[in-house]
Amino acid sequence: MISIELLLLVSAVMLFAGIYGFLTRKSTLAILLSIELMLNSADINFAVFNRMVYPNGHEGVFFAIFAIAIAAAESAIAIAIMINIYRQLKSISADKLTKMKW
Amino acid sequence: MNFLSIFVLIPLLMLLGLWVARNLNQVRGVMVAGSTALLALAVYLVFAFLEAREADKVSEMLFTASFNWFPALNIKYSVGVDGISVAMLLLSAIIVFTGTFASWQLKPLTKEYFLWFTLLSMGVFGFFISVDLFAMFMFYEIALIPMYLLIGIWGSGKKEYSAMKLTLMLMGGSAFLMCGIFGIYYGTGAATMNIVDIANHANGAVPFSNHSLENLWFVFTFTGFGVLGAMFPFHTWSPDGHASAPTAVSMLHAGVLMKLGGYGCFRIAMYLMPEAANELGWIFLCLTGISVVYGAFSACVQTDLKYINAYSSVSHCGLVLFAILMMNQVAATGAILQMLSHGLMTALFFALIGMIYGRTHTRDVRELSGLMKIMPFLAVCYVIAGLANLGLPGLSGFVAEMTIFVGSFSNVGNFYTMWTIIACTSIVITAVYILRLVGKILYGVCENEHHKLLTDATWDERFSVVCLILCVAGLGLTPWWMSDLIGTGTQPIIDVINSAKEFLYVPF
Amino acid sequence: MSYTLFILLLPLISFLVIGVVDMDIPKTGKVWSHKAAGLIGTASLGIVTILSYYTAFEYFFCTPRLADGTLPTLVPFNATWLPLGNLHFDLGILLDPISVMMLIVISTVSLMVHIYSFGYMHGETGFQRYYAYLSLFTMSMLGLVLATNIFQMYLFWELVGVSSYLLIGFYYTTAPAIAASKKAFIVTRFADMFFLVGILIFGYYTQSFNFSFAGTVEYADGATHFIACNPETALIKNAAMTVLPISLVLMFIGGAGKSAMFPLHIWLPDAMEGPTPVSALIHAATMVVAGVFQIARMFPIWIDYAPQSLSIVVVVGAFTAFYAAAVACAQSDIKRVLAFSTISQIAFMMVALGVCLPGHGEHANHASLGYMASMFHLFTHAMFKACLFLGAGCLIHAVHSNEMSMMGGMRKYMPITHWTFLISCLAIAGIPFFSGFSSKDEIISACFQYSPICGWWMTGVAAMTAFYMFRLYYGIFWGTENKEHHEHHTPHEAPWTMTLPLVVLSVITVGVGIFTTLGGFLNWDWASFGSIVTATGTQYTIHFDAKIAATSTIIALISIGLATWIFKGEKQPIADKMYAAAPRLHRWAYKRFYMDEVYQFITHKIIFARISKPIAWFDRHVIDATFDLMAWCTHKTSNLIKGVQSGNVQKYALWFFGGIIVLFLIMYFTC
Repeated sequence: MISIELLLLVSAVMLFAGIYGFLTRKSTLAILLSIELMLNSADINFAVFNRMVYPNGHEGVFFAIFAIAIAAAESAIAIAIMINIYRQLKSISADKLTKMKW
Repeated sequence: MNFLSIFVLIPLLMLLGLWVARNLNQVRGVMVAGSTALLALAVYLVFAFLEAREADKVSEMLFTASFNWFPALNIKYSVGVDGISVAMLLLSAIIVFTGTFASWQLKPLTKEYFLWFTLLSMGVFGFFISVDLFAMFMFYEIALIPMYLLIGIWGSGKKEYSAMKLTLMLMGGSAFLMCGIFGIYYGTGAATMNIVDIANHANGAVPFSNHSLENLWFVFTFTGFGVLGAMFPFHTWSPDGHASAPTAVSMLHAGVLMKLGGYGCFRIAMYLMPEAANELGWIFLCLTGISVVYGAFSACVQTDLKYINAYSSVSHCGLVLFAILMMNQVAATGAILQMLSHGLMTALFFALIGMIYGRTHTRDVRELSGLMKIMPFLAVCYVIAGLANLGLPGLSGFVAEMTIFVGSFSNVGNFYTMWTIIACTSIVITAVYILRLVGKILYGVCENEHHKLLTDATWDERFSVVCLILCVAGLGLTPWWMSDLIGTGTQPIIDVINSAKEFLYVPF
Repeated sequence: MSYTLFILLLPLISFLVIGVVDMDIPKTGKVWSHKAAGLIGTASLGIVTILSYYTAFEYFFCTPRLADGTLPTLVPFNATWLPLGNLHFDLGILLDPISVMMLIVISTVSLMVHIYSFGYMHGETGFQRYYAYLSLFTMSMLGLVLATNIFQMYLFWELVGVSSYLLIGFYYTTAPAIAASKKAFIVTRFADMFFLVGILIFGYYTQSFNFSFAGTVEYADGATHFIACNPETALIKNAAMTVLPISLVLMFIGGAGKSAMFPLHIWLPDAMEGPTPVSALIHAATMVVAGVFQIARMFPIWIDYAPQSLSIVVVVGAFTAFYAAAVACAQSDIKRVLAFSTISQIAFMMVALGVCLPGHGEHANHASLGYMASMFHLFTHAMFKACLFLGAGCLIHAVHSNEMSMMGGMRKYMPITHWTFLISCLAIAGIPFFSGFSSKDEIISACFQYSPICGWWMTGVAAMTAFYMFRLYYGIFWGTENKEHHEHHTPHEAPWTMTLPLVVLSVITVGVGIFTTLGGFLNWDWASFGSIVTATGTQYTIHFDAKIAATSTIIALISIGLATWIFKGEKQPIADKMYAAAPRLHRWAYKRFYMDEVYQFITHKIIFARISKPIAWFDRHVIDATFDLMAWCTHKTSNLIKGVQSGNVQKYALWFFGGIIVLFLIMYFTC
């Protein structure tokens, strides 16, 4: 049996990797990936706590499934926006997207 | 419903009509119908008021009505008119009517232009019918905001800068004003925003519990309205704003909106805080006296037609506030006459300048000459406007100025006498800049080949100009009825102000 | 006598009709508009003239005199035009000897000018406009003299100023006319400011704008409330005694502006840029005497409350008379000579008013001889000076120039003009049997009564008058003929419309001259001007002081002889020698002692450059800049801090996580 701490460690590593990626990457695609990482780390937490703390319930798993669905929808929208931006500006780097700024 | 509210209702209906209008003719139709209705209503109001005043000589405000709007703060939508507001409503209706014709050929975005124009006039009419502080303030704001868009979009020259400057300065003024209004509301403790009720609160005893606070609110309110009345040193929005504004907006702005300042100073600042007015009036008297002379001198060396007229407005509007601060009945009546007179003749001036500019595409005095030969109608009207401005008897300026000077002179004290004489000098300086202008741009021989091909006024322009000239001459030839009408309004206010004479302070 | 109202209304109506209605019939050119405008104007003025004469007849001969022998003051019409608190601004009609006399003068000269202008302005563009302005002017001037109160006088005073402005600038495409019209209006406006302040003081302290009268006021119906002003009931009686002289002197400054007294005279010579008939009507006969009329109007108050201040009028008038005569001797433009002559003659009238002293009882009329003399001179001067100007108009019409050098020897070409001009010159020089003699002689007698210095001074000026007028006369009609110019364009006599007024005016001049001269020597009271106009209202028969009459006649004859000697011949060696002897003096006089340059300096270098420009600069660069500075500060501050609101989500996230960590640490260490 793998201990809960190890599982949570995985999720924490994923979260901080996501945060780090979110703060440092310039490409909006990479930022989106980082967000997905953070979301997935949260999903892992849901699953882990459900499995380890409340083995009789399924709410955590359901939440995780919901989150995955929302994340999928969100990525679809985000990627659609990025494609459109790319078509307009030939770039998806976050630094370059200043056209709508003051 | 009270029939005064129709003054606000008609612009609302006009807005609706403009919204559904499909083409230029429908837009013009709505504007003409609406402004004619307003003018007819204003004329009807004059007669109805005279009749009602004959029947009821006691009440200050006639045709009053009140509707509870926001009970928690005692905000009501209260309307009512006295002689002053009737005169002002008539003036506004005339200017809106002629302004419509003056912007007959305006392009582009005609519909949107008239939408804002109508909204502005709604604010103006609402302001003059209201007797509730808050409702007045609200309509005041309604009148201010469209100005930004009207100048910013349809203006000329450095219009963005001017629009921004004008709006910011007037907004600054209204911030002062709002403080002042709430100061009055809480200071009196009368638990009402109705002007007449506040004035009558505590049966004419000092309504303010705290005298030094009253002084503060007086300064706030007077300055707030003074900004709009182009009081020195808060007048600088006027030259830039007027220079950039499109014709009808200049007309409405100088003709009516600047009058909101004088009206507010008199109706709110002086009337509701008579003690402070007596005590601090001399400071503002100095400022307005400076405006009168300063504006006239500045106008002497300007080279842009609109700048000349804007500075001339500073001088003439300064005279309005100057007369109000003299705190006697004749001068106050003169002030209101001057508002009417200045409103009409400045509107005439701006209309003519707009028409000349529309043809020559320049307003620079140095580039214009000999227009009398090329556009005789406009030139002759320009001379008439100029003569009205410098106070030719038979036109409105003379009546107003003489009433003011006689009124001001009847104030005892060297301080008042000195300022009256200083103000008298402005009539000479006015002659200097008007005649310089007439000699330069109208007389002489036209040197610009391009200008020689220009045509005279079209029918809509002629109509608008002739209407204004008739009003100017009408006021100038038959001043007694207007003077009587206004006198009924100024008398109670002056009585209230004079009841606080023990606070009067003059430096010498 | 309510028909007198039409005297004002008719010219007003004709002004509106001629001014507004477009009288052109398409495709016929301007012929019809000219005829119609001229006829309407002249016809309405003809009716006004008839009415005026009838009024005068009825007033002087049919109105019963009062018990004390004075003529009553009639107010046939008076209505409040503008209520001003305790005071009120009335418009009305007031008939008393001087206003009725002015009625005659104005309507006569104006009618003559209307007829004359048919010929003079023939074919001018703006003919219709010209007649409209003439009607406006006539209406205003009549309103001025018929005013019932000082404020009404001021109202019409401004209106005559404006009509004068419009008429001087009639040729609005030429630069000198524009400048002259502007100058005339601004200078008189400047003086009017003092007049206005004077009125305000007067109205405030006496609580009335009405005039004060020696006689009794009778009004048409009991409904009109006309109360003559009474300084005794003044608001603050003691203050009134000290303040009234100030107010009167201020009003005099206004009158000095209109009547072109030194140093406010500078506009009048330039006003000659207007059409010549206008110069005759406005700048010689009527408007410029408004200042004199104003003092005469306020005379009862002057003499009772400010007799010392009258010496200001004397000094100003005497100096102006001399100054203008000196300048007139050196001018070469015939209209300028006449303009300076007008200034000098009006100064005579001013002096005559100033030399009046407060008399008592029976001596009142004698002490105030100057008043009568001044009004008389006003009357005679209006006639002969109008005649001179109209004659000058004929000459200008003939040679198309104002310069004396273009004329010379004109007597051969223009006999009628020549004879009428000569008659008027003799009148202005003060030769017996011409009207100017009778009036000028009375003025000089009054001056001698006041002080011998004043008397001799004015006699000297009268001698100068005779000299420069005959210099002008010989320069035009005799002297060196400009043959070159005349061959090129032979001068011819003017049409009858132009010569008729000349004849009428010179007949008046001679007729009045013969009757009053004989009357003065033979004590005919019916031929005496004093039987209608005197300071106290009672009749007074003029009889000449033989010594003064002889002295002034001899001096005038000597001056004329001198002028004949110098200027009559083809060659003028003496004149040339005189110019050579004192070139600087001649230059100075020709340049009008540089008064215009002084004004130019004051207005342009001081008012424009030192006051207006700095104020405009101050407005743009200090006051406006202050507000711009506030906007700029706001702008800069927001620029400084706008980086925080970058729109960069990564930065927001960094702040967010940073915040979380800080919060976490706080909670960790505190809880």
